[in-house]
Amino acid sequence: MSRESMEYDVVVVGGGPSGLSAAIRLKQLALDAGREVSVCLLEKGAEIGAHILSGAILEPRALNELFPDWKERNAPLNTPVTEDRFMFLTEGASVRLPTPPSMHNEGNYIVSLGNVCRWLAQEAEALGVEIYPGFAAAEVLYDEQGAVRGVATGDMGVGKDGQPTANHQEGMELLARQTIFAEGCRGSLTKQLWSRFDLRRDADPPTYGLGIKELWQVEPGKHKPGLTMHTVGWPLPTDTYGGSFVYHLDDNLVSVGFVVGLDYPNPFLSPFEEFQRFKHHPAIKPTLEGGRRIAYGARVLSEGGLQSLPRLTFPGGLLVGDTAGFLNVTKIKGSHTGMKSGMLAAEAVFELLAFETPANEAVAYTDRLKASWVWQELELARNIRPSFRWGLLGGIAYSALDTYLFRGKAPWTLHHHADHLQTKKAADCKPIAYPKPDGVISFDRLSSVFLSSTNHEENQPCHLKLKDASVPISLNLALYDAPEQRYCPAGVYEIVLDADGSNPRMQINAQNCVHCKTCDIKDPTQNIEWTVPEGGGGPAYPNM
Amino acid sequence: MKILVPVKRVIDYNVRPRVKADGSAVDLANVKMAMNPFDEIAVEEAMRLKEAGIATEVVVVSCGLPACQETLRTALALGADRAILVETDVELQPLAVAKLLKALAVQEAPQLVILGKQAIDDDSSQTGQMLAALMGWPQAVFASKVTVVDGKAKVAREVDGGTETLEVSLPAVVTTDLRLNEPRYATLPNIMKAKKKPLVTVKPADLGVDVAPRLATLKVAEPAKRKAGAMVADVAALVDKLKNEAKVI
Repeated sequence: MSRESMEYDVVVVGGGPSGLSAAIRLKQLALDAGREVSVCLLEKGAEIGAHILSGAILEPRALNELFPDWKERNAPLNTPVTEDRFMFLTEGASVRLPTPPSMHNEGNYIVSLGNVCRWLAQEAEALGVEIYPGFAAAEVLYDEQGAVRGVATGDMGVGKDGQPTANHQEGMELLARQTIFAEGCRGSLTKQLWSRFDLRRDADPPTYGLGIKELWQVEPGKHKPGLTMHTVGWPLPTDTYGGSFVYHLDDNLVSVGFVVGLDYPNPFLSPFEEFQRFKHHPAIKPTLEGGRRIAYGARVLSEGGLQSLPRLTFPGGLLVGDTAGFLNVTKIKGSHTGMKSGMLAAEAVFELLAFETPANEAVAYTDRLKASWVWQELELARNIRPSFRWGLLGGIAYSALDTYLFRGKAPWTLHHHADHLQTKKAADCKPIAYPKPDGVISFDRLSSVFLSSTNHEENQPCHLKLKDASVPISLNLALYDAPEQRYCPAGVYEIVLDADGSNPRMQINAQNCVHCKTCDIKDPTQNIEWTVPEGGGGPAYPNM
Repeated sequence: MKILVPVKRVIDYNVRPRVKADGSAVDLANVKMAMNPFDEIAVEEAMRLKEAGIATEVVVVSCGLPACQETLRTALALGADRAILVETDVELQPLAVAKLLKALAVQEAPQLVILGKQAIDDDSSQTGQMLAALMGWPQAVFASKVTVVDGKAKVAREVDGGTETLEVSLPAVVTTDLRLNEPRYATLPNIMKAKKKPLVTVKPADLGVDVAPRLATLKVAEPAKRKAGAMVADVAALVDKLKNEAKVI
């Protein structure tokens, strides 16, 4: 039986800020030119915003360009930043540091990026974009010449054993003249495109951070809307890149989160537990005391910047947003660059659609990017993240030099290394004893995942694929003490033992997966492949 | 035969509900909403009756905010023929919904109204019963099997220790229990087609119904947190705790 198919001018994969901006811009251009351009957008989350997780401070630069009248359109940017604090933590004490220029947030807003996306989706639909949440693009389609022809959604109703159930429904083919991949950081289809078109040939390896976030409702007296605070230092060891953020939104909500660079060397490190113990620091705990945690989630982010950008276009499609890797590490922001990349992609694609050539490559997109402020920003920021290979103090010292003396224009470019290769052997590292969660300020993984409202249809094949099923025990457990037990912020990977402590096996609780994609990145031999589960599965983040 | 299927937009069953800080209601701001799962079963049952050649038309109806359109589109994607939205931003209680449905039942003259036995948000389990009473129709609630033959519906209901089978003459109201069927997926092609199916919007006033709430919500509270358990050393300690601490024996 052949799958049903539908033909569009443009198909967008992913309903985040970049994908939605691309779709909106296309429709705006079509409207201005009096042309018809059909745009379809797929989102794997059960609704737009369900899988969006970010701090977030939004720099409205791209939004100003997309909708100069966003205020009148009731965009949910309600909390302007009023104060920036940058702190260095030691165990028990904190020192206020001068806020680096890139982390000054005047003119920026503290938002729920999920809610911004919900709003963008309304605007997109009003312009005629067809949005289909709950359907994951599971497969890239190619034409006879090898150009991207579109994507296919996954089948629904496939049992654990891979056999169709009584409710089986075939996926659908969405064909397009141009397919815009906006999957977000570490997109599963983007990874296939990397190898298919050799997109990473001239790029540094990608490097990532894992962000874990909680939303707290705090006591009214402790809430200072517009206050942002970033910390570095404790509890992370100096060989590990990372830090925290605390943002005071409206309605007594405080967003608190922790980011750990995934090139951390010690396999005993647990980003989740670092975050939990961080909240007990005297600079943080008083804010949270008496409040309640109302949401939890995690997501990786791209930290590679300019050096790690792959080739962005290929016949029939292109990459936008964080799946390409436009995050600006020095600002710890990527929504504005992601949105702008989507808009520029839309402009290049729109021009291309005017010509009746079949599946072409929108090369003008890269040129437009290079001429834009996105490129400028990333160029100035390019040496900061890689300088942290010299440890926290070396990184800070170099960054100060690069920022204040060279102003981002140093005549050299530092390079990145692949995260999974930085993990040291367990035998060469010291185990870390994490304190037990107190259930008030700090929590365990399971009660946290519960707050992410994560759900997957239980009877479906495991979406976390092992290339070699023996590796988790024979290699990961033997050499690295099974780091997946610790780096996964959702308790998906578990080593289970017989009653007498023998016969270790890897148990994958795939239904807990919050789609952060850390395992796909950090597994020491890249043995884990993250693929999309049945559409609609995953977290259902409100206000994240 | 025409079937009318009322569907309610509720908080998604996967979402953990959270009470607003002021204790006035469950916080629904930016929370994922979906069709009440029991109503999804009702739509599925109506579709199966249509596919079996017993029903000729399936009309879905929802009452509430404009966003209920999404719920109706889902029902249309599952196969319903057309949809009616009774749009209002007033908080709707079961009696008001039953009165709105009565007005529509008079207009549409269905032979069967199938709806969920309860909505998973307020758990009232009243709308179907009230509608039957207002219409003077027979009702067969908590159905786990429905067969329609010769103007009569045979409805099996799960009761304590077995199954009870009722026969009602049509027109009638049937409410669905969990095990009646397993609803199908709304496929992408069907969702696309559903966008083009007819959906009309009416107001309660058009139907001559006063929907003002009759009940006032005093307070909404989350269940008390379960206290951590404790291990006891022996039976004597357990008996002592049960007697003196829990005071249950």
